[in-house]
Amino acid sequence: MVQCDRLAVDQTVAAPGSLADPGALGSGPAAESGPRPKLTVRGVLRWLRTMAGIVPFGVYMTLGLLLPMAAVAIGAFRDPNGGGFTLSNVKTATHGVYLHGFEQSIILSVLTSILPGIFGLLIAYAIFTAKRGTVLRQAVITASGVFANFGGVPLAFLFIATLGSSGLATRWLVDLGFDPYAHGFSLYNLGGVAVVYMYFQIPLMVLVILPALEGLRSAWREAAENLGARTWHYWRYVGGPVLFPSFLGCVLLLFGSALSAYATAEALTAGTIPLTSIQIGSFLNGNVIAGQENVGKALGLGMVVIIAAAMVIYVVLQRRAAKWLR
Amino acid sequence: MTTNTARNAAAADGTWQTARRGGTSVLLQDLSRTFGATRALDGLSLEIAPGELVALLGPSGCGKTTALRIVAGFESADAGSVIVDGKDISSVPPARRDMGMVFQSYSLFPNMSALDNVAFGLRMRKLGAAARRKRATEQLDLVGLAEQAKQYPHQLSGGQQQRVALARALAIEPRVLLLDEPLSALDAKVRLQLREQIRTLQQRLGTTTMFVTHDQEEALSMADRVGVMRQGRLEQIAAPDKLYDDPVTAFVAEFVGVMNRIPGERQGGTVAVLGGNVPVRDPGGQSPAEPLGDDNAVDVLVRPEGLTMQVAENGNGIVTTRTFLGSVTRVGVRLDGDVAVQIDKPSSEAAALGPGTSVSVSLPAQPVLIAPRRNPVT
Amino acid sequence: MAAITGTTEATGTRGPRPSRKRVSLPVWRWVILLVAAVYFLIPLFAALRFAGIGAFRSVISEPGFTSSLGLSVRLAVVTTVITIALMLPTAVYVHLRLPRLRRLLEGITILPIVIPPVVLIVGVLQIAPGFLKSTPYLLALEYVILAMPFAYRAIDAGLRALDLKTVVEASNSLGAGWTTTLFRVVLPNLNTALLSAIVLTVALVLGEFTMASLALFETFPVWIVVNDQTSGQVSVAASLLALFVTWLFLLAITVIGTRRARRTGGGEVTLFTVARQQTRGES
Repeated sequence: MVQCDRLAVDQTVAAPGSLADPGALGSGPAAESGPRPKLTVRGVLRWLRTMAGIVPFGVYMTLGLLLPMAAVAIGAFRDPNGGGFTLSNVKTATHGVYLHGFEQSIILSVLTSILPGIFGLLIAYAIFTAKRGTVLRQAVITASGVFANFGGVPLAFLFIATLGSSGLATRWLVDLGFDPYAHGFSLYNLGGVAVVYMYFQIPLMVLVILPALEGLRSAWREAAENLGARTWHYWRYVGGPVLFPSFLGCVLLLFGSALSAYATAEALTAGTIPLTSIQIGSFLNGNVIAGQENVGKALGLGMVVIIAAAMVIYVVLQRRAAKWLR
Repeated sequence: MTTNTARNAAAADGTWQTARRGGTSVLLQDLSRTFGATRALDGLSLEIAPGELVALLGPSGCGKTTALRIVAGFESADAGSVIVDGKDISSVPPARRDMGMVFQSYSLFPNMSALDNVAFGLRMRKLGAAARRKRATEQLDLVGLAEQAKQYPHQLSGGQQQRVALARALAIEPRVLLLDEPLSALDAKVRLQLREQIRTLQQRLGTTTMFVTHDQEEALSMADRVGVMRQGRLEQIAAPDKLYDDPVTAFVAEFVGVMNRIPGERQGGTVAVLGGNVPVRDPGGQSPAEPLGDDNAVDVLVRPEGLTMQVAENGNGIVTTRTFLGSVTRVGVRLDGDVAVQIDKPSSEAAALGPGTSVSVSLPAQPVLIAPRRNPVT
Repeated sequence: MAAITGTTEATGTRGPRPSRKRVSLPVWRWVILLVAAVYFLIPLFAALRFAGIGAFRSVISEPGFTSSLGLSVRLAVVTTVITIALMLPTAVYVHLRLPRLRRLLEGITILPIVIPPVVLIVGVLQIAPGFLKSTPYLLALEYVILAMPFAYRAIDAGLRALDLKTVVEASNSLGAGWTTTLFRVVLPNLNTALLSAIVLTVALVLGEFTMASLALFETFPVWIVVNDQTSGQVSVAASLLALFVTWLFLLAITVIGTRRARRTGGGEVTLFTVARQQTRGES
């Protein structure tokens, strides 16, 4: 969930219409904008000097992000007894209980990205039609920011109080004659975790789809109406198609967010459900079978690969949407 | 509505026949609209004859766009009504008004090609795919963009986009064409070309048109009649030349073209100005915001070409600037009493009038328009 | 004389709202919001009931509360300082000198999203030198990575709304040196963006659980979970407090930001973007 607000910002910037025109790229003098080093000593030195400004950033990223990731990637193929190259970690990670973990994680993520995607879109649309700057709008956006960002632990506890075995809502339902726990529901298994995920995925969706909605120019709506289209026709021929790439992109964002989530599930279940992120965590807690010390890294690598694939598609979709929404 | 049903019937059996119409009349009656504290429209009444192009001209905030949007159906008036062909359409939703609208910019649907954009209104009218394509292609051809049919809006220039928007609005053969400052987002050269194109098309099709702009040159060159608006009211509506030659209020006089203001003293039916007496023209209606009152200190309003100027040793003015405008040069003169005027002279004559030249400026003995004296803003 | 103001079609300009004759829109909108409100408010209410007033009172005196909260706060401060010190100059520099790299940089800011914290901490614990591993400030260093995309975007949005290049050139042409420009021209206009970046970085750190728990440091969220074994109600109470305080903060900066932005001609400020002021189309 921690990534969520970042994703939200990512989305807002990538979908123009709510920001100053991003087409102002490269407006500087040619010499300043990403200069190619001329192959003279002077040219190379100048290039180095220009690039020097982002060296601190680059160094930090390398040390803090790229190196750890490299360690994971390398470790995934490393034999803990001896240090040679091996595929056994990957093999273990893609079979048995770990394969099950991947399956469950993916199913959970798909579920908690599509459904919240739709609900989030509806909510976003409901407030988007409100005027800018109104209290309602700001309250909803801020609330979304809080839930999307803070998620994790507080959420888990909120829901224990609500739908836990002695939670408030549970008791209400029992009073109404329906005991969810008797029917197989439990907050502490995958189903329960899914319900809680919805709680931060929906606000996340609201945040990331709002800029795309705002990119829908009123002129299109009015032009469509002027030409004879009613609401349904507008959405079917113009609004829907234009919004769809952004919508899909946001759903992918949600997918990535759900897949990487750890805190909520851990707080709820203390590591007892088969989710990849939980399984990776358990490797750090030391309950590891001998010879499988690096399987956690293989799992991590696998997770990153899946999310990376989703993100690539997301970026492509965003570029496409940006072209239209310009 | 019968036109629509007939057309739909024609469309349904796959043929498309241009219904011959006598043209549509549009009547705006006493339209009023207030947004919060601002009075956008204050009892606007306007009649557009069939086939006429009327331009609404005025500064920002004068209400012209609001009026247009009310006609289109995107705003509703607080009071007053819109009557098209004798029927009050105030309660008809925009989708059913059968009007074509061209917006200021960015109104093309980004997910559709130019052709599909133009065909959209036809699709809404349930025209078959083949008929749609045919008609849309014709329209694009009319605006000279047949080759760009498959291109998407983001691949088209601003001028091209607006031409597609025009084709799209005309494709449905609207009763009324509405243009909301369609040229203001374009650069000068494109603007000129498009101006002509719009006017030519409009005249050829005979569509009743309402055109909103803040550019007086545009309005004057394109319209059959121009309505000058200020603060929600129509100050004057007349043919362009009449507006220029016979403005009824000082606001119109100064808004349309350049107007000089020279202080003078009113004496009954004449005004003493520039050392002579000139008859006062009966304005036929004062702008309510500027009643003449009893004060005899007035300003005389006269066009740059309405002043005569000669080089003279002890004249009443000194040349200050010269602006070359092509065949005519605008000469700035400072008169005694620190009054600045602009006088148009053929460029060949103006060559001799360098800055500092002493000149004598006078008014020919023709009726002039006067307005309350406005103290110079420092 | 002829008073003409250029009409600027701001991106996304919406004229006066068309008044529709149908009632269905507002009703449907309220239904959705009501359902959403119920869905989101019930757990809050349930938690309040579950915790009970007593739990709120005893939160502060609960063992571990002060130490864990103190740790989280310290981490938040350190993280924020490093993040801003790193990202602000970088963003400004890229905007001014390397506009072509903007695209690349935006891509880099997606990286921390692609690499989940749970995986990141595995790698970090693998390569971190011993002296770092024994101090919780290791977390702060990594939190900078987590906060980076967000901070960069917020600052970038603020810079764009500012049209940095033009403003700096104008300042230089009027004779101001670099430091003057930076402190008198650029920074004051970045207030809201910076505020957003700071508050959300703080919120991020205060709520981060994954890396802290796996690295075995007891920050506030970790404490909440651990404490659940002893006293569930207090944990719930602490969670509620944390949520509420965060929400207050975020709301405050949104409101302050919008008010200030409106004064200087900006638009609405949502936490994640600074919207351009809509210039009303001329009527």
